[in-house]
Parts: sequence; structure tokens; C-alpha cells
Amino acid sequence: MDLRVNGEPHSLDLDPRTTLLDALREHMGLTGAKKGCDHGQCGACTVLLDGRRVNSCLILAVTLDGASVTTIEGLSHPVQEAFLEHDGFQCGYCTPGQICSAVGMLAEADGASLPDAEIRERMSGNLCRCGAYPNIVAAIREVAAR
Amino acid sequence: MKTFTYRTATSLDEGLEPGATFLAGGTNLVDLMKLGVATPDVLVDVTKLPLDEVSDRPDGGLRIGAGVRNSDLAVHPRVRQDYPVLSQALLAGASGQLRNMATTAGNLLQRTRCRYFMDATMPCNKHEPGSGCPAQEGDHRNLAILGGSPSCIATHPSDMAVALTALDAVVQTDRRSLALGDLYVLPGSTPEQETVLSHGELITSVDLPDPRGKSAYRKVRDRASYAFAVGSVAAVLRVDDGTVADVRLAFGAVAPKPWRAYRAEEALRGRPATRSSFLEAADAELAAATPLRDNAYKITLIRNLVASVLEGLA
Ligand SMILES: Cc1cc2nc3c(=O)[nH]c(=O)nc-3n(C[C@H](O)[C@H](O)[C@H](O)COP(=O)(O)OP(=O)(O)OC[C@H]3O[C@@H](n4cnc5c(N)ncnc54)[C@H](O)[C@@H]3O)c2cc1C
Ligand code: FES
Ligand code: FES
Repeated sequence: MDLRVNGEPHSLDLDPRTTLLDALREHMGLTGAKKGCDHGQCGACTVLLDGRRVNSCLILAVTLDGASVTTIEGLSHPVQEAFLEHDGFQCGYCTPGQICSAVGMLAEADGASLPDAEIRERMSGNLCRCGAYPNIVAAIREVAAR
Repeated sequence: MKTFTYRTATSLDEGLEPGATFLAGGTNLVDLMKLGVATPDVLVDVTKLPLDEVSDRPDGGLRIGAGVRNSDLAVHPRVRQDYPVLSQALLAGASGQLRNMATTAGNLLQRTRCRYFMDATMPCNKHEPGSGCPAQEGDHRNLAILGGSPSCIATHPSDMAVALTALDAVVQTDRRSLALGDLYVLPGSTPEQETVLSHGELITSVDLPDPRGKSAYRKVRDRASYAFAVGSVAAVLRVDDGTVADVRLAFGAVAPKPWRAYRAEEALRGRPATRSSFLEAADAELAAATPLRDNAYKITLIRNLVASVLEGLA
């Protein structure tokens, strides 16, 4: 199967049981997307699939022939800067997923104004064990307001 | 995960081989495969079929393709405008990422979150008929108070399906047309059978009749977001001159299927649209509840939800 990841074409021969997350981490050396729960419950594995945020742990890679995936390694977006500025993390484990999710979320919101409660609701699919939520919200708020 | 053969369905008239299982967004099926609860031999990916359109119907209703993603449906202009209960239910479910993957048909056919069902090492009459139901004595805090049986008290976890039930949705398959209320079957002594669909029957769309009143969905969960319901209410209401002219009510997370509250509806039609009639109607429905040790709280919860949702619409 063929998959475009961060702009690069990849030809892969995978066991059909392989999830997109495992394909990225184990077969392509892209360890940015993290495995937290492996069951769709934490958001650490969030990547952009054809521009939309998804949990890569629940997608079988074989279903993605011809698709285009963006991981944190391939991302260059103001949200990244903002996470640094606002200290949007402690251990950093959830951060790649938070950032990919925020980028997807901002595209979904399409310029709509986002009060903090709305940012929290829309980002609720990304858990942070360190509880960096206030700073994550601050980082996203800043980019959303631009 | 057990091995399987993977194929992609490219046209609707391709027959489905015996033993094959449809894969849509995979957010439930892949999860259950990882857990060893679902063990398909052949997976047929249906996401490439042309089932991802939302279109107007001649009668003023809406046809929702089986493959439409939950996120796209939630923001569809007609859904927002004419069927807010559906938009609200979708947005109350799962997370932004999951909704981008989840589809209409997959959402309807998602399996229960009962912890014994989700653990392949536990006895469960759905895994293995006759093995027993540990939930009866065990963890049933979020399980059924209506429609359950000594064999099974699993709840249907979908939010979307509750809204669709209140909207009188009709499910189209590649073989027939079915009222959504007739899609699901109660567990009785055969909880392994959850719907009337035969093996390999493909859901192609869900049809909504023209909008019939104001509508709303309200969900209660253990945390603010990204959690399954512990109770929810979908309502469609039309009030004329302070009197209930028409009402449709469905309850979520209290029964093995989205629970259409016919008795409550009957008790309400023609009555004044006031809090006291709403509470009486809820009581009429909930009189049939058979709570267990740890889930009687759902009776009070649904009763209050019915009143507050209907008051909001009246
Ligand atoms: C962490 C987490 C939280 C969640 N929270 C919520 C929540 O709060 N509320 C809620 O409602 N849901 C919630 N969900 C469930 C989610 O909504 C469902 O998993 C999703 O809707 C299933 O859709 P899918 O397309 O991914 O289905 P799949 O997983 O692909 O399939 C589910 C079932 O449907 C069958 N199927 C799919 N398409 C067809 C078709 N066209 N015809 C016949 N059969 C078909 C499949 O064979 C399978 O049996 C949550 C899920 C997770 C993982
Ligand atoms: S690893 Fe995918 S959601 Fe947790
Ligand atoms: S920064 Fe540690 S989990 Fe979020």
C-alpha cells in the first residue's frame, strides 16, 4: 500500500492488523505520535489524516492506501510556538497529540470565536496527565485570536 | 489481535462472503478486535462506497448516508437548523478526533460498553450464550433499568441513536427499510442477538421525516466531556396555546436500546405544557423500571432530565 506521510511517499507491506500508529512508530521511525491508551481514550496518538484530526491507534493502516498523513514531525504551525511561549506542557507526552489536535480543531472552527469553554470542549479528546490544561488553553486561545 | 483477511468493497452489489464483517470508521470494531472481543475472519472496508452524502428528501426530510462521518453530520446546515437534537447529540458524543472517523451506521451498531462484555476473559452471555452475566451482581452502575433481562442488562451507548429515535428515523439497508425502533431487539434470553439485521446486510442510509417541532438533547456524564452518558434525553416538542400538541421522547444509557418513551408521550399529548405534567409523564414511563442495587439513581436522573429538557422547549 502507498501512504504519503509528511509529504513523503511510502510504500508499505504491512500485516493488516497494523494500526496507523504502529505503522508510523515501528515501520517509519516516526515516534512523535505517542501511544497512551491504544483504545481511543486519550488522544496522545492524534495525527492529521487528509487534514482532519484522528486517533491513529484505532485506524488500520491498510485502510489508508493513497491517503496523506501529517504527524507532529511534519507540522509547522503557530500552535507549536504558542505551546513553547505559554509552557503548554510538563512531561511532554501528550504534546504531539495536543498540537495535532489543536491544528485540526482550529481548521474545524474555521475562524469562529472560541471562548475558553469552547476550546476546552473541542480539545476534550486530548488528556494531559500532568494537568497542563490552563496553559494548553492559553496557547490555543492566542493562536485562535489571530 | 486475531488475523483476518482485508478487502475493500467498491460497489453496492458485490455480495458479502460468509464470515465477513463490515469495517467503517473502526472506532468501535478495531477497539473490540484489539480486546479479542470481536474476531472477524474477513474485514470488508465499506468506507469507499458512495454512502457519504446528506441529501434533501422530496417530503421535506433528510437522507443521511451510512458512511457520513459524525463530525460532518453534526455541522450540516440542515441538521443544525431543522434537527438540533441530532446535532447536539452528535457533539455530546466521543471527541473531535473520534467523530471525524465515526460513521452513521457504525454509530448505530456500536456495541455496549458493559465492562464484562469488553473483557474477553469474563463470562458474558453475548460472548458465549449460557456463560452468565456477572453484571447482575457486579458492576452495573451504568447498566439498564428498562428493557433488560436476567441474561443481560447491557446499555446501548450511542448518543446519536437516541436523537434519531426521537426523530422517528428510518434505516435503509441493501434489502429493506426499517423503523429505527425495529432495528434493535431487547436481550430476553438471547442477548447475543442485538438487531434484526441478517449477516451481511448493509445499512445504506438513515432517513429523517420532515421536522416536527422544536428539539433538544441533554446528556449527563461522569465528567464534563469525552465520556459516555449515564443518562440522556432527546425530545421533540410542539406546543399549541400552552398545550402539548405533539411530543417524542427517547432516553439514552438506560436500556439495551435507545428507549422510546411511548407511555410518557401518551401521557403528555393534549396536556398542559407544564413542569408538573412533564414529571408525571416521566413517571408514567419510569414506572416500568427494574433497577438493580447500584443504578436506581438513573430513575431520578431521567425524571429530572425529562422535565428540564421539555421545559426548555415549551
Ligand atoms: C473513547 C471513546 C469514547 C466514545 N464516546 C462516545 C460517546 O460519548 N457517545 C457515543 O455515542 N459514542 C461514543 N463512542 C463510540 C463511537 O461513537 C463509535 O465507536 C462510533 O460511532 C462507531 O462508528 P464507526 O464508523 O467507527 O464504526 P465501526 O467501529 O467501523 O463499526 C461498528 C459496527 O458497525 C458495523 N457497521 C459499520 N458500518 C456498517 C454498515 N454500513 N452496515 C452494516 N454494519 C455496519 C460494523 O460491522 C461494526 O459491527 C466513543 C468511542 C470511544 C473509543
Ligand atoms: S493512544 Fe490513541 S487515543 Fe490513546
Ligand atoms: S504534559 Fe505530561 S501528559 Fe500532558
